[in-house]
Amino acid sequence: MLRFIRMAQHRITREQVIHVSELARIELTEAELQQLETDLSNILEYIDKLDQLDTAAVEPTFQVGDPGTPWREDTVTNHPQPDAMLHNAPAREGRFFKVPKIID
Amino acid sequence: MTELHKLTIAQAALHLSERQISARELTRACLDRIAAIDSRLHAFLTVSEPEALAQADAADLRLKAGGAPALCGIPLAIKDIFCTRGVRTTCASRILENFVPPFDATVIERLRAAGAVFLGKTNMDEFAMGSSTENSAFGPTRNPFDLECVPGGSSGGSGAAVAADECIAALGTDTGGSIRLPAAFCGIVGIKPTYSRVSRYGVIAYASSLDQVGPFTKSVRDGAIMMQALAGVDPRDATCSARAVPDYARALTGEVKNLRIGVPREYFVEGMQPEVERAVRSALANYREMGAETVEISLPHTEYAIAAYYLIATAEASANLARYDGVRYGLRVEADDHIELYNRSRDAGFGAEVKRRIMLGTFALSAGYYDAYYLKAQKVRTLIRQDFERAFERCDLIATPTTPATAFRIGEKTADPLQMYLSDIFTISVNLAGLPGLAMPCGYDQHGMPVGLQLVGPPFGEETLLRAGDAFERAFTPRRPAL
Repeated sequence: MLRFIRMAQHRITREQVIHVSELARIELTEAELQQLETDLSNILEYIDKLDQLDTAAVEPTFQVGDPGTPWREDTVTNHPQPDAMLHNAPAREGRFFKVPKIID
Repeated sequence: MTELHKLTIAQAALHLSERQISARELTRACLDRIAAIDSRLHAFLTVSEPEALAQADAADLRLKAGGAPALCGIPLAIKDIFCTRGVRTTCASRILENFVPPFDATVIERLRAAGAVFLGKTNMDEFAMGSSTENSAFGPTRNPFDLECVPGGSSGGSGAAVAADECIAALGTDTGGSIRLPAAFCGIVGIKPTYSRVSRYGVIAYASSLDQVGPFTKSVRDGAIMMQALAGVDPRDATCSARAVPDYARALTGEVKNLRIGVPREYFVEGMQPEVERAVRSALANYREMGAETVEISLPHTEYAIAAYYLIATAEASANLARYDGVRYGLRVEADDHIELYNRSRDAGFGAEVKRRIMLGTFALSAGYYDAYYLKAQKVRTLIRQDFERAFERCDLIATPTTPATAFRIGEKTADPLQMYLSDIFTISVNLAGLPGLAMPCGYDQHGMPVGLQLVGPPFGEETLLRAGDAFERAFTPRRPAL
């Protein structure tokens, strides 16, 4: 399968991709790293078209739909069901999810 | 009565209420159809035969007693993005391959309470990221009109299942076109409601300011029935609107006299398939014959929608998918420390497109880039929303093609992610603006592949879309695939 690598200056460097993978908590293989460098560069180049628009005086839209936050009484309506909650646990001990040691 | 799986909801409900057929017979017909063709189509990831038959038997008791709701006994296919208690829910990802939710999504609860039957969970693009269902970790679904073609995505399994009469109707979600695009490619009706009209509780989240739940049906009339069951406030979804739900059936008057239909010039572009343009323009001519008026409008920021979407949706996705860390559920790859646990589980569990979008979104939100990317995109979103607000001063609804071309071949667009993203060019603005959209068949190309008309309404304008769609449908008979 041919992959066309556009000869644009890279919008993202290898170092940046590694940094982002650390933020995203995804351990990439070397092949994935190289592919992502190309793919993200191409996509970011396309996204550059947003710079054609002057948005200095424009408010951002974070949310569409009715504004405001609905409120409710601070009462428990869903009681703990440990077995249901732990049903999909990859590792379990009693009422707990079991994980590798976090604190030395 | 034979071929019960080919019935619409309206037809099935009538026969069920008059006890000409039983819910068990109807469910059996759908299950038999699935058994006969799904090995070729691959619309389903999980078929819940014993559960479905049990639901059908319960529905039959209610139907005998009389006064049952319209969806009682109706077999539905459910996109594998909805949490269904006790039934495997994968989101078409290896990271959730064996996940069994301990609860039902709100819409599932509502449909269950109405007596609907759940045949099983349908295939989709992994985490709803895609336009073709080729990003599923479990193989693609095929288009019932041509098995070498995609059914569209991300709700391709649900779209194909309805088009192939494996079910009477189905549930999907739409974040950038994921109901409307498969509806167009598979020649059926798909509705994306106004953002906040339908609860997202229990729907595995992709982009929380864009995701919406909606139905796939064989007719607009059926779409109104599904909307009635799905819409309405839900205290468990803080974004879900408390606005009253109208009686959608009352919108199906068949009347479109003096309806002003806006036709945006930016949606008829170079490089569009000529047969798509012809079919849509022909539909507009039909509307004029019925007494509606077409008005040329402009949505000048259309060309920026894809760029804005791929920053906003990916940023939101990077946050929503952070929960898949191998700790409480999902795939875990063993590691000596917790960071390695996350890193390895996520690399092993997520497919390439999901990783691409998480990386893009993380980058767009990261220090030094937030203003230039995420914030910029949200400002462009305002401009897109304002385009529609201005347009709706001059028209009651907007009509466009749903896609620039009919269904493409499997593998045709997988080499270049950006090419795939451009399939969404006519659907994506609607999600950014939070508006309701309806896709329905309006023609076929020379290979017999369906062309989808898209109707877009103002906020909470579902009644106008249903009215216009129903009127068109009264004069247009859709084709069924030969499968």
